[in-house]
Amino acid sequence: MAQLLQHLINGLAAGTIYALVALGYTMVYGVLKLINFAHGDVMMVGVYMGYATAFAMGREARGSLLGIAAVFAVAMLGCALLGFLIERFAYRPLREKPRLTALITAIGISFALSYGFQLDIGFLPGASPRAFPEIIEPTEWLIIGDRDVVVWNWQVISFLIAVGLMVGLQYLVFGTRFGQAMRAVSWDHRVAALMGIPTDRVIALTFMLSSGLAAGAGLLYAIKDTSVSPLMGLYVGLKAFVAAVIGGIGHVPGAVIGALVLGLVEEFVVGYAASSWRDAVAFGFLILVLLVKPGGLFGRVAAEKV
Amino acid sequence: MQTPALPLPESRPLVPPALRGVLPVLLAVPALLLFQWALSGSEFASYLLSVMGVNIILAVSLNIVNGMTGQFSIGHAGFMAVGAYIAGYASLQLKEVALSFLPVAASDQVLFTVALLLGGLAAAACGFLVGLPSLRLRGDYLAIVTLGFGEIIRVVVQNTDAFGRALGLSGIPQYASPSMVFFWVFLVVLAARRLASSSHGRSLWSIREDEVAAEAMGVDTTGYKVRAFVFSSFFAGIAGGLFAHFVPIINPGSFTFVRSMEIVVMVVLGGLGSTTGAIIAAIFLTLLPEGMRSLFGALGTEGSLAQRVDQIRMPIYGLLLVVLMLSRPQGLFGTREIWDVLPKWLSRKRGSQA
Repeated sequence: MAQLLQHLINGLAAGTIYALVALGYTMVYGVLKLINFAHGDVMMVGVYMGYATAFAMGREARGSLLGIAAVFAVAMLGCALLGFLIERFAYRPLREKPRLTALITAIGISFALSYGFQLDIGFLPGASPRAFPEIIEPTEWLIIGDRDVVVWNWQVISFLIAVGLMVGLQYLVFGTRFGQAMRAVSWDHRVAALMGIPTDRVIALTFMLSSGLAAGAGLLYAIKDTSVSPLMGLYVGLKAFVAAVIGGIGHVPGAVIGALVLGLVEEFVVGYAASSWRDAVAFGFLILVLLVKPGGLFGRVAAEKV
Repeated sequence: MQTPALPLPESRPLVPPALRGVLPVLLAVPALLLFQWALSGSEFASYLLSVMGVNIILAVSLNIVNGMTGQFSIGHAGFMAVGAYIAGYASLQLKEVALSFLPVAASDQVLFTVALLLGGLAAAACGFLVGLPSLRLRGDYLAIVTLGFGEIIRVVVQNTDAFGRALGLSGIPQYASPSMVFFWVFLVVLAARRLASSSHGRSLWSIREDEVAAEAMGVDTTGYKVRAFVFSSFFAGIAGGLFAHFVPIINPGSFTFVRSMEIVVMVVLGGLGSTTGAIIAAIFLTLLPEGMRSLFGALGTEGSLAQRVDQIRMPIYGLLLVVLMLSRPQGLFGTREIWDVLPKWLSRKRGSQA
C-alpha cells in the first residue's frame, strides 16, 4: 500500500513536469497546427542557460530564493528569445506552405540544436552529461511511517510551480484579450487577421510563451534528474509530445491530464515491471489511445474539408 | 505537380516485348559481376559501396511511402532493425547448414538469400501493423506513430535475450558482397520505377495530392496506403539484412531515431517522389562524411577536426533540412526524375522512351 502511494507521488511529480513541456506543444499546435519538434531542444538549451547562470553566480548564491529566481529568469527569458528567433526565421516564412514542410523544418532545428550542443567546439558543452548544480538542496519534506513514503521538497516545489504556471496559462488563454486573440488565430488565422488581430505578433508571443515555459519545465526536470545533457531535450520532448497527443493536442487541460496519466503509467512500469521497458510502454500507450480515439482523449477530430 | 509520364508504345521496339521484362536483369547481372571483380582489391571501397547500396535501398523504399504516397513516416530504421535482426538471427542459426549438392559459396548465398527474405518478410509484416493505424491517422499523427513504432522495436530488441540485448548480435557470417547489395539496389529501383508508372502507382500519387479527392474518385485509399507501407518496409528489411551481413556487429544503437532521420534527409533532399533524387541524395550523403574527412585531413590544420566529422555531420543534417525547406522545399528534383531535368540533348534517348 505504502509502495503504491509512493509510486503515485513519484508519478504525479514526473507528470507535472511533462505537463509543463506538453503545454508548450499544445499552445503552438493550437495556434499554428504545427508540431514543434524542436520544443524539447529549446528546453534543453534553456537548461544549459540555467546551468551557466548557476555557475556564474557561484556557490553561495545558489540556495537562496534570489538565486533560484535568477536562474529561472535567465533561462526562461533566454529561451523566449530563442523561441522568437526560431519562429521568425524558420517557421514564419513557411506559414502558407504545406504543413509537412514546417514539420521537416522543425525536425531539422531539433537536430541542429541537440547535436550542435554535443560538439565541444568553442562555448558548446560537449556530449557528456553534466551534474546540474543543486540550486535547491534536496530534503525530505514529508515522511510517512518508517520511510515507507517519502516526499521530497523538490517534488512539492515542482508541483506548486507547475500548478501555478498551469493556472496562470489557463487564465491567460481564457481570461485575457491576448488569450482571446490566441483562440481567434487558432480558429482561423486568415479571418482573425481580417478582423484586425495582429496575427504575426500573437503567434510570435505564443512561441515565446511556450519556449519560456519549456525552460522552466526543463529546470524542474534537471533539478529532479540532477544531470543535463544535450540529448535530454529529444527524449523529454518526445515524452511530453506523447502526453500532449494522449490528452488531445491543442487542448490545455487535456495536455495536463495526458501528462499526469503518462507520468503515472511510466512510474508503474518502472515500479512493477522493468525500467528498460518504459519508453516502449509510453509509445505503446500512445498508439493504443490513438487507435481508440484518433483525436486523443479530449481532442476533437477535425472534419476534413473537401 | 507533374505526374510521371506513361510509357508510350514505341513504333519500332528495339527489344522484343517478351524479352523486355527480363532485359534489365540480363544486363545487370554481368555488370554486377564485373563490378565485383573490379572491387576485389580494396576492402574499404567494398565497405563504403555496401553502405551506399544499403542507403540507396532505404532511401528509395522510404520514398515510396513518404514521396509517392505522401504519408510521412519517420520510423524507417525500425523496419531496418527488424530485417537486420531476423536475417542475422536466421543466418546464425543456419551457419552450420550447407546444401551439399551445391558448392560451398553458392550454398552460402542461397542460405543468405533465404535469411534476407525472412528478414524482409518480417519487416513487411511489421509494415502491415504500422500501416493499419494509418487507416485512421493522418499527417503529423502518423509521423509520430511511426516514430513511436521505431522506438518500440528498439526497446523490444534491447530486451530480448535471443537478440543479445544491448550487446547485439555478433558473429553473423559476412555473406554480403557489394554485388549482392547492388543486386538488391537494382531490384528496389526497378520495383519503385515500375510502381511509379503503374496504375497502382497512380493511385498512390493521387493519395499524395489529395486524399479526400482520391477517396471520392473511388481509390481505396486505406488499402493502397497499407500496401505502400508493406512494400516499403519489405525493402527496408532487406536493407537491414544486407547491413547485418557486412558489418561485424549489429546492436540496437544502429537503429535509433537518428538513423531514421538520416534516411528522411536523403528522401527530402532528393525530392519527395523522385527515385533518382533519392539515389543521388543517398550517394551524396554517404560520401559526404568521407569527403569532409579527407578534406579536413588534406588541409591538415586540425587533425581532430577530421576525427570529428561524424559529430559535425548530424547538426549539418539538421541545418540542411531547414535551409532546404526554406529555399527549395520540393528537394533537388521534386517529383521529377533526373532525365526530366537534364538538358534535352543529354536526355534525348530517354525522352523517346518515356
